[in-house]
Formats: sequence, structure tokens, C-alpha cells
Amino acid sequence: MAPTEHSKAPESTPGPSAGRISDDSVWILGTNMTRFGRYPDKDAVDLAAEASMAALDDGSVTIHDMDVLAAGSLFNASNGMGQRIQKQIGQTGIPVFNVTNACATGATALRAVYLSIRAGEADMGLAVGVEQMGKMGLLGAAGAKKEKKVFEPSGRYGAVTGIDGYIGTEGMPGVFAQAGMEYANDCDGVGFEQFARVAYKNHLHSTLNPLAQYRKEFTMEEIMASPTMSYPNTLLMCCPTGDGAAAAVLISGQRLKGMPTEVRRRAVKISASVLTSDPYTESSQVQPDVNTLTRNAAAKAYETAGVAPEDLDLVELHDCFATAELIHYDNLGLCERGGAGDFIDSGAPFRDGTTPVNVSGGLISKGHPIGATGVANVYEVTTHLRGEAEDRQIPDAKVGLAHVIGLGSACGIHILEKAAV
Amino acid sequence: MEADNPAQIPLVSYLRLGSRPHLIANECTNCGARFFDRRNACAQCGKREFTEVQVENGATLKAFTIVHRAAPGIPAPYVSAIVETEDGTSVRSNVVDCDPDPEVVQLGMRLKLTTYPIGTDDDGTEAIAFGYRPA
Repeated sequence: MAPTEHSKAPESTPGPSAGRISDDSVWILGTNMTRFGRYPDKDAVDLAAEASMAALDDGSVTIHDMDVLAAGSLFNASNGMGQRIQKQIGQTGIPVFNVTNACATGATALRAVYLSIRAGEADMGLAVGVEQMGKMGLLGAAGAKKEKKVFEPSGRYGAVTGIDGYIGTEGMPGVFAQAGMEYANDCDGVGFEQFARVAYKNHLHSTLNPLAQYRKEFTMEEIMASPTMSYPNTLLMCCPTGDGAAAAVLISGQRLKGMPTEVRRRAVKISASVLTSDPYTESSQVQPDVNTLTRNAAAKAYETAGVAPEDLDLVELHDCFATAELIHYDNLGLCERGGAGDFIDSGAPFRDGTTPVNVSGGLISKGHPIGATGVANVYEVTTHLRGEAEDRQIPDAKVGLAHVIGLGSACGIHILEKAAV
Repeated sequence: MEADNPAQIPLVSYLRLGSRPHLIANECTNCGARFFDRRNACAQCGKREFTEVQVENGATLKAFTIVHRAAPGIPAPYVSAIVETEDGTSVRSNVVDCDPDPEVVQLGMRLKLTTYPIGTDDDGTEAIAFGYRPA
């Protein structure tokens, strides 16, 4: 891990506040994302390489400074994505982790680099998340198997044909609709209108984000009247498929101390990096439980960071569907228990509210190229903490939280803090 | 598969047909957790002994969605649901014999297990699915 000739980490110019950086802390040195959208003329490797190079440039380092690389991708994961990225940007022989963890893939890649640094095996590492989905259509709805001539039980449930649609839905809009409706069953003041307002907010927010896949404001009426996918989720309450990549360069506190003041000033501290899976709950045997593991991750993240929900200046959370965002207000402790309906109705998660949520436009409008998402939301929070978010900047943002959840389930939470240097 | 009715086969092996169709589950003998598939150890307590139990047919609607954009070959709209049976087991199922309308489908409504045919194979065997209908 000795600095190479490419290193731009002169030990001779510590800034005035370098002493405030603890050696075992981990920081984001550089980050970047492509605009999310559709790139029929590029492949996933192109997108990942583009975000990676830009993140390295942003941190004033090169691939030759990296001690580890983690590449997250869900649909493009089986072909050595990390190694293919290296062939584009520099093959230095460092360890590569190819990561897949459902919609938490990007966050898991980031955490793989974080852990490598915490373990003392790396001073710096690159995490990249990428996905090229094209127009995949509805995820999770595989459809009935081609009708067999003879019904024969197969698989773990002894099914004689595909069960999606016969034993409830396996389509993502429906699975998350049910999660929202379960919350509506338990809590007052939660219904179709509250879910629709989440989508209204995120579409509105996206108009300020040049990196968002869609940047169009819709009225509540338009959202509620758009085609129903799975009630209560209408088309405008569902994230699109898309292509894109996001990358982040992580660095140890010890190494950051030696970086130039102008580089150090833009570094953002990772105050908590948490990954959870779903613990046993009775109902999670038949439907994914997206709540318990998020609550567990949030509790651990807040404790680790020494931060309370009310300290958060912005939150990027996993709004794959409007119903999902609403229940995560509660799961992340942004509102009173059972109070997510009042929370959205009060305007609190709007960009001028008390806890701005998904000021990027969220997955609903910014887009959700799956492997990229968990790095892209860290990019978003980092950009605000640096004060570089331009039109969508949340003024004076100091602390932010990035959350993703993948069905199966996996939850990643990162709490980021503005550098005090 | 019911020996006395070779012309029918359940959609899934945890559906038992016959005169009183019902679901069965593998229940942990230690903690009572129930699973519709096989497990090596209990996901809740880790013990390794299970016994087959019959699940109650009466249930309550805990969550639902009305699926308009369905998987290929599946008639839509339909009501997908999570129900809780009278003996406290969560089951994923469709709600049937009920208009797929949010004004009609009500959280908390009482339901009862029912079965219905979903297709016939080339040997004339009929596949039977389960659903829950308003009680």
C-alpha cells in the first residue's frame, strides 16, 4: 500500500485541521455518477468506467492509488464486472470484489471497500455500482411457466405451474403495494392520497436534478389517474428501469491527513456503514418484510454515528415505489411511530420541509439502475454536504443518510457527515 | 395428489384437496413457527424437528394489492393478499369471488379458504389452486 508514483498525497502539506481526523475513520474522497437514463449505445462497462474515472478525478487520485475495488451489479454481475472495469481504467492487480445483493448491491459494494479499509488491508479503494437494464419491463413477474403437457410438481413448493398470479403477486409494484397497505391497515391517516403525495414530491424534486432520468412535475390528479400497476401504486408511483453508474473513492482517515487541504476540505466522513438482513418474522415467510431489517439498520447506524433522526439535514431513501417511501419514514424514525401519513401531509419531507427526503427525485424519478442506486444515493448526500448540489442544494447541509433495501432482504444504511476540516 | 381423484392435482404441495381442502405447514416442534416449504432448521429458533400441521381455513385480510399489470397469461385485475389464518399463520394468496375494487376489498375483512381449477393438462388432469373468498 505504499504510495505509487501516481499518488497525489504529499505528506508535506497537512492542513491546519488534519489532527481532527481520526486514523481509523473512513471518508469519501471522490464521487461521481452518470446521469441515469437509457444508453443503448453504451454497455455497462462503459458506464461503470465513466463514473469510476470521474470519481477518481474528483478525489485527485488515480486507479494506481487504489488498494481494492468493489463492483456492484445485479443483472451484469456474472461476468467479472470489476475486472472488466479494470481493463478499461487500469489493471493494477488489486483485489476485486464482484458484488450482488439485490437492490442493496451498490451499498454492499461501498461497504466492502469500507470494511477493507477498516480492516487495515487498504488505505484507499474504489466502489462502483452499475446497471444496464434497458427496457426490462416489470421486475419480479416472471409469468407462468410454459404450460406443461403434464402437470408435475416441481420446486420447493411442489408447484405444477408458475405461481405468480395464482398465489398472490410476485411483481415488485404489488409486493411493495402490500407492504404499504399493511401499514395503512395498522395506522390512521394513510391511504391512496398519502402514497400519491410521495410521488408528487419526488417528481417535483427531480426537476432540479440534471442527473435524473425524468425531470417532469406531475399534479396529484395526474399521478392518481395514471394507469394502476398494483393498487395503490399507479405508473407514476413506480420507479422506472434504466441504465447508469455511480462510483465513490474511499480513504482512511490516516491517509486523508496527508492529502492537500483543498482535497481534504471536500472529503465527507462515513459516520456509519451498516448492512442488515431480515431476521425471522412470522409473516416474512410468505412476503418480504422490508420493515424489520430497516429498523434494525437504522438503530445501529444512529448509534454508531451518534446521530439522531432529527439531526439529519437530508435523507435519500429507497423509494422504489411510493408505498415503500412512506413506510420508510417510519422505519428510519423520521416520524412518530405510525405517523408517516401525517409526516407527508405536513410537508416535512419536501425539500423546504424539516427533513428533506429524496431531493434527487428519488428512485421514482431519478431512476433506479439497480446496482448503481446504493452508490448514487451516497453521491447525492455527499454532493449536498460539500455544498456543490447547485440548484437542488439543501442549504447548510451537515449530516445526511442514504438508505437502500433489496428484497430477499438486504438493507444498507450510510450516515455521512460534512468534513470539519 | 389425491388417490381417490386422480383427475386433480393441487397447484402446490401444501394444498391438500379432498372433501375439505386445506393447507398444511411444517411446524417447528420447539417454537411453533410454520413453513410452507422444507427447512433444514427452524428460521426462528434453529431447532431441527418439524411436524406437519393443518392450517385453519378461516382468515383475516392483512394486506392486499389489486394487480392490474400482471404476469403474462394471468387474468387481471386480480386481488393479491396476505391473510392471517385463525391460528395465526400468514399466507400469501389471491382473494377470489370478490370484485377487484379498493372500495370492495376491505382490510380486516373475514375470509375463508376455497379452491378452483386453473387449467387441465394433456392427460386430462386438472390443476386446483387455492384462494380466499369473503366469508
